[in-house]
Amino acid sequence: MHRILLKGGTVVDSTGTRKCDVLVEGNDISSIGEDLPASRGVLVLDCHGYIVSPGFVDLHTHLRQPGYERAETVESGTRAAAAGGYTAVVCMPNTDPAIDNASVVKDILALSANASCQVVPAGAITVDRAGEQLAPMSEMKDLGVSIFTDDGRGVQDAAVMRRALEYASGLDVTLAQHCEVEQLSTGGVMHEGEWSSRLGLAGVPREAEEIMMARDIALARLARARIHFMHVSTAMSTRLLQHAREEGLRVTAEVTPHHISLTDAMLSDYDTVYRVNPPLRTAEDVYALRDAVAAGLLDAIATDHAPHAPEERDIPMDQAPPGMIGLETALGVAITSLVKREWLPPHSGNVSQDAEASEEGVRTAPIGIAMLIGMLSQQPAAIAGLDAKHGGRQGGPLQPGAPANITVFDPDAGWVVDPASLLSRSRNTPFAGMKLTGKVLHTIYEGELVYDNGQATR
Amino acid sequence: MAQQDAMASAASRLAGLISIRDLDIAGIKRIMQLSDSFSEVLGRDIPKLPTLRGKTLAIVFAEDSTRTRTSFEIAAKRLSMDVVTLNASQSSLKKGETLRDTLKNLHAIGADAFAVRHSSAGVPAQATRWLPVPVINAGDGCHEHPTQALLDCYTIRQHFAPAIGAGQSREPVSSLRYARNGTAGTEPDSSGSTASIGSGVAQTDLECFKKLRVAIVGDIEHSRVARSLVAALDILGARTVLVAPKTLLPRSQAGWPSEMSTSLDEVLPSVDVCYILRLQRERGTGMYVPTLREYYSYYGIDERRYAMLPDHAVIMHPGPLNRGVEIDNTVADSPKSLILRQATSGVAVRMAVLYLLLGHNTGTWKADDRSVGALPRDNTGRDTTTESTSQIGLPEAADA
Repeated sequence: MHRILLKGGTVVDSTGTRKCDVLVEGNDISSIGEDLPASRGVLVLDCHGYIVSPGFVDLHTHLRQPGYERAETVESGTRAAAAGGYTAVVCMPNTDPAIDNASVVKDILALSANASCQVVPAGAITVDRAGEQLAPMSEMKDLGVSIFTDDGRGVQDAAVMRRALEYASGLDVTLAQHCEVEQLSTGGVMHEGEWSSRLGLAGVPREAEEIMMARDIALARLARARIHFMHVSTAMSTRLLQHAREEGLRVTAEVTPHHISLTDAMLSDYDTVYRVNPPLRTAEDVYALRDAVAAGLLDAIATDHAPHAPEERDIPMDQAPPGMIGLETALGVAITSLVKREWLPPHSGNVSQDAEASEEGVRTAPIGIAMLIGMLSQQPAAIAGLDAKHGGRQGGPLQPGAPANITVFDPDAGWVVDPASLLSRSRNTPFAGMKLTGKVLHTIYEGELVYDNGQATR
Repeated sequence: MAQQDAMASAASRLAGLISIRDLDIAGIKRIMQLSDSFSEVLGRDIPKLPTLRGKTLAIVFAEDSTRTRTSFEIAAKRLSMDVVTLNASQSSLKKGETLRDTLKNLHAIGADAFAVRHSSAGVPAQATRWLPVPVINAGDGCHEHPTQALLDCYTIRQHFAPAIGAGQSREPVSSLRYARNGTAGTEPDSSGSTASIGSGVAQTDLECFKKLRVAIVGDIEHSRVARSLVAALDILGARTVLVAPKTLLPRSQAGWPSEMSTSLDEVLPSVDVCYILRLQRERGTGMYVPTLREYYSYYGIDERRYAMLPDHAVIMHPGPLNRGVEIDNTVADSPKSLILRQATSGVAVRMAVLYLLLGHNTGTWKADDRSVGALPRDNTGRDTTTESTSQIGLPEAADA
């Protein structure tokens, strides 16, 4: 039986912040208190100066298996997740074949038996993510699927989405929408604006996201259903969210680390690593998203970890697949962008002069570590139905008898992202060479130390 | 990172010509001056120089082209370069090889420089990271076509500079051609004169741009020619007005130092240059313009609109022409048309760019003392300064 004593750390979860030790025995936390004794055979981890939090939960990971194993596998992807402090990831259904039926769900669950974190397959809303015919959600739900999305695509047809919302609301599962009106986005490779115009690259207007979000808010009202919006990227989208919340609709939303830290100016030298969907927007949008985080409008930070094999990078921009990896950098980017409110990278390319000028007007107070942990752990766990309330084992709080899914991180440690040292099978990080603040030191999954200071240990 | 590919790129070497924004006014001036010299060479009985003998230019075109490809080819050959031309349709790109591998192999085989055209914006910029030798953007998607803009500006300068040069009654082209020897209108002597190229005179030439108003008409949003030309004219101080239906004007006006108009008839009477872009019919009508007929009615340069132009105004077009779509047949061949002059200028301008990147790549586009005074050796190892008959140090009949 594993026994681990986390000594001298600051425990932060939904119940508050306190300085105490945590003793893990087996799969669970056996006791929490001050100065717990380290008996024989106990692995003692010195956590002085560090934060001890419930394990992180990523609502948006592409594990690429089955189908794209050269980019990532369940094994490599969950190691990367453990390195990022995650004890659960929701893996997206845009695999080959798509996760749109019970047998693919079973395959992934089988592949995940020895993974470094909990793997929660997201089912597709429609068959083959084609947006036409509803996928068998109940059959997948019976295997534990609690969240459905056609991610990579939005459900284009309003009638199909309406039926999906109605059907899902009867199952008490979450529908998660990738908002993108393809009629407006097809062909686009970056945000439509000054930079796309300058670079001669086809743009994706903000409205491609906003129109579908507005439509789905209306459909959620019509269907009396709950809906989750993935990777929100524009200022107007945050206002739509606010409006829906004020109306009392059951609407949740996530934001990615890259959308709160990088702008479309990053594409200025045509490096395809910065192509992502939805695209990196302007500094104005970045500020609006940070403000929305501070205002509590965005419930979760989700990575949209999207690995791509190296040969998919050095190709023309319009042939390059969108997406960037993010599991291992999420905490650092979130602390640097939201808690410290700094810009990445510290060179001027990222932020235009205009944005600097308008910064005074929109800047709000930085958020605290406790709020950040809520967005990385409890809230995403609740959205995916993985928290204690739904009978799951993620999201805390950390208390005696609770599952030992725990992350230990140093909120003050500065480090420079070196793609070669990442545990993901892919290297397409947009943060290469950038200095982040905040580093995961230990990840404990079901009582086992699966990540220890740079090493995946499972 | 991709930068690691460009292992040989010394800090003091130009990686190529990707965007007009790589240049400043000094760089454009330098290219114009050299183009003057090469224009003179092109007028000789044997229009060829040994300057880049032994160097190989790979012309890699992943998109159709007639004039740009031929122009690069002739420019390189006039400098005694070897040329290999690769069209996408006949290359291993068709067999699934990536462009990066194709380019790296061509370099391994012996290419010393590349002229790259591709339908995707950014490919030449990416190629500078893959290759340790200069890359010239020969047109990338809707991004830029810098040598086109340079030859356009060279053509405009040839036409307008002498006329506008205040109080100087010089013959237009011939005076420019020989001005670098300090004596307008004389042939270059054979003494290896050390006078620097066109000091003062060329500056006056570029002054002419500050008085010009250039209308660029047509599909601006999808035009690499417009992006490069607007940038070049901005650097040179000319005013630009972009004229098109709203669907073909830039989506974001930020970053465009231009007026925008949807009314060609309002603009025409007050322009010095009417630059007509090709309507990219392959984009399909019905999306950006309702019909070709409607486009021609409102934005085509027909005889009526031709008559609205000021007497001194000129008409330009980067080609290929869609006669009867954006330009009337007779207008294209009219006295105001500089269209064939543009094609001619292209060779000299591309020779200048090749020379600056391969013959004398000092890491800057600007003229400096070394590049003007000290002359490059040719590949036989002879110091061309001692043998040269002209200021760029090149024998008159090189290919003897």
